[in-house]
Amino acid sequence: MDQFTLNLIVVGATFALYFGIAIWARAGSTAEFYAAGRGVHPVLNGMATGADWMSAASFISMAGIIAAGGYDTSAYLMGWTGGYVLLAMLLAPYLRKFGKFTVPEFIGDRFYSPTARLVAVVCLITASVTYVIGQMTGVGVAFSRFLEVKASTGLYIGATVVFFYAVLGGMKGITYTQVAQYVVLILAYTIPAVFISLQLTGNPVPPLGLFSEHTASGMPLLAKLDAVVTDLGFSRYTGHTDTTLNMFLFTMSLMIGTAGLPHVIVRFFTVPKVADARSSAGWALVFIALLYLVAPAVGAMARLNLISNIYPNGTAEAPIAYESRPDWMKNWETTGLLKFEDKNGDGLIQYYNDKSTDEKFATAGWAGSELTVNNDIMVLANPEIARLPGWVVALVAAGGLAAALSTAAGLLLAISSAISHDLIKGQLNPNISEKGELLAARISMAVAIAVATYLGLNPPGFAAQTVALAFGLAAASIFPALMMGIFSKRINNKGAVAGMVTGLLVTVVYIFLHKGWFFLPDTNSFSDTDPLLLSIKSTSFGAVGALINFAVAYVVSNATEEPPLEVQELVESIRVPRGAGVATGH
Amino acid sequence: MADKSSSNAYWKANIRMIQLFLVIWFVASFGLGILLRPMLSGIGVGGTDLGFWFAQQGSILVFLVLIFVYAWRMNKLDIEHGVEE
Repeated sequence: MDQFTLNLIVVGATFALYFGIAIWARAGSTAEFYAAGRGVHPVLNGMATGADWMSAASFISMAGIIAAGGYDTSAYLMGWTGGYVLLAMLLAPYLRKFGKFTVPEFIGDRFYSPTARLVAVVCLITASVTYVIGQMTGVGVAFSRFLEVKASTGLYIGATVVFFYAVLGGMKGITYTQVAQYVVLILAYTIPAVFISLQLTGNPVPPLGLFSEHTASGMPLLAKLDAVVTDLGFSRYTGHTDTTLNMFLFTMSLMIGTAGLPHVIVRFFTVPKVADARSSAGWALVFIALLYLVAPAVGAMARLNLISNIYPNGTAEAPIAYESRPDWMKNWETTGLLKFEDKNGDGLIQYYNDKSTDEKFATAGWAGSELTVNNDIMVLANPEIARLPGWVVALVAAGGLAAALSTAAGLLLAISSAISHDLIKGQLNPNISEKGELLAARISMAVAIAVATYLGLNPPGFAAQTVALAFGLAAASIFPALMMGIFSKRINNKGAVAGMVTGLLVTVVYIFLHKGWFFLPDTNSFSDTDPLLLSIKSTSFGAVGALINFAVAYVVSNATEEPPLEVQELVESIRVPRGAGVATGH
Repeated sequence: MADKSSSNAYWKANIRMIQLFLVIWFVASFGLGILLRPMLSGIGVGGTDLGFWFAQQGSILVFLVLIFVYAWRMNKLDIEHGVEE
């Protein structure tokens, strides 16, 4: 059986499973559509949160970025896990006690202001749509390889699939579907990693293999990797080349962005009790950590395997000839995401850092690096590079799609509930029927998918970088408002609105200045290699935006009147678990 | 509903716990993984140094322990102050 058929069978079987579950658990009421009743066990909820959380960015993109960047990219690992500590301690239990369905609903009630709720809806949609664009990039990459179609065609197919189960299922359908997706994606991620770790180090546990001895050379794996990459003119894999300031701010942006993303927060509204909200965050992190502990091993090993594929006799000897390149290179060449250009006309693949000042490359007659490999293909190509069996390759395809689709569906749900519940029912037409509200939710999902698909055709970066921008936006707008709403009784409506508006605006403008206005290519005035402020890249600016949000809210609140007494009592009541009932619409 | 002074004491105890846990959270990631890495470069771990290990593995393990210990301590605190569900 050829690889293409195998891919179709494995991907098709997993999709049949997800759709089957979605139909079986189809939502009937608005309560079920948004928050799955209350019957979701913390461990299952943790798994579903894991699937919701780990998107194309984590699955497809992150290890490839780590492979290329080494230590500097640790921010992704610390940032996307450390945020759960903040969620568990600073937000989740109190928002569960509050007991409503959506993040804007909390902000509207706590800051006793329809304007605050509206601003929260805008913040939520800005961050979520940016996030979905990143997912669409990942879906496009995955489909273009495994269905052997163009990236744009892959994007359209993916968008159609997301539409069907997000629209039909609602939260309850998604919760059980996402448990199934978690299982598929974690198997798909770890199985090839175990094989590769065994091949390279003899240790079947990838996180241990990363710090073990590389069997072929007898050196520690990371020391071997440092040696081969520096030989090719790249900076040391374990070395620190980014500035400490940027790495610090980037990690902080990702952490507080994690705690500010509505599709993750809403998960904690669906657990039975306040105590469960705390432990659910822990369970979510257990299931997330399974992938995040494997990812750095995948990255390092993929980099080493890629280089030894091109330099089979070591980096001191000649690379392979283009004519005798392995099959995986041919496969990825058809997608356009891997390219070869014979710059010095010798028929060999010289792959190195052509910005290196080392003269040995020019002396050897090398005229520039001849191979470009898109970071986003690393994880998907990894099993092919390591020559693993065909079913493993097909499983990774299914896992990548599970990751991208589950997150896209969760985000679309957050977007649609913000529009139908917070905007239409909350402000425009409070008398809308339950049926009408559900219809509005489904229509807004369809619109959001169309917009994200259109923008996904020209993404502002690799999947994980686009997603990192979404985290910056959530960090600068939603997280500070939520945290101040719980931990301060003094922050009032004016302060919160002013804080969210300035935090969001400053961050959006900083991102657009570096990535182009509305992400349109060539409309940027700065670039991340030479950013506007110090060494702060656009992906790291969320932490600065959050600081501005906090400061503005504090100053404005203290210059204006105290919040009314009943609001101060609301804050008192969400601080203690007792008395939390079932979440209500109003 | 618990009376006001008891729920104030509960909230203060919660804040103290959050502060302590946030310090550990910060030290394990930003501290050992980023800011203090140059100082710890002498301590070797599998072909690299301790700071690299904390940045790519250690911090995640610390986060996991933190959340579960916090959940466990808070459940106890809820009962001590009579505010559990």
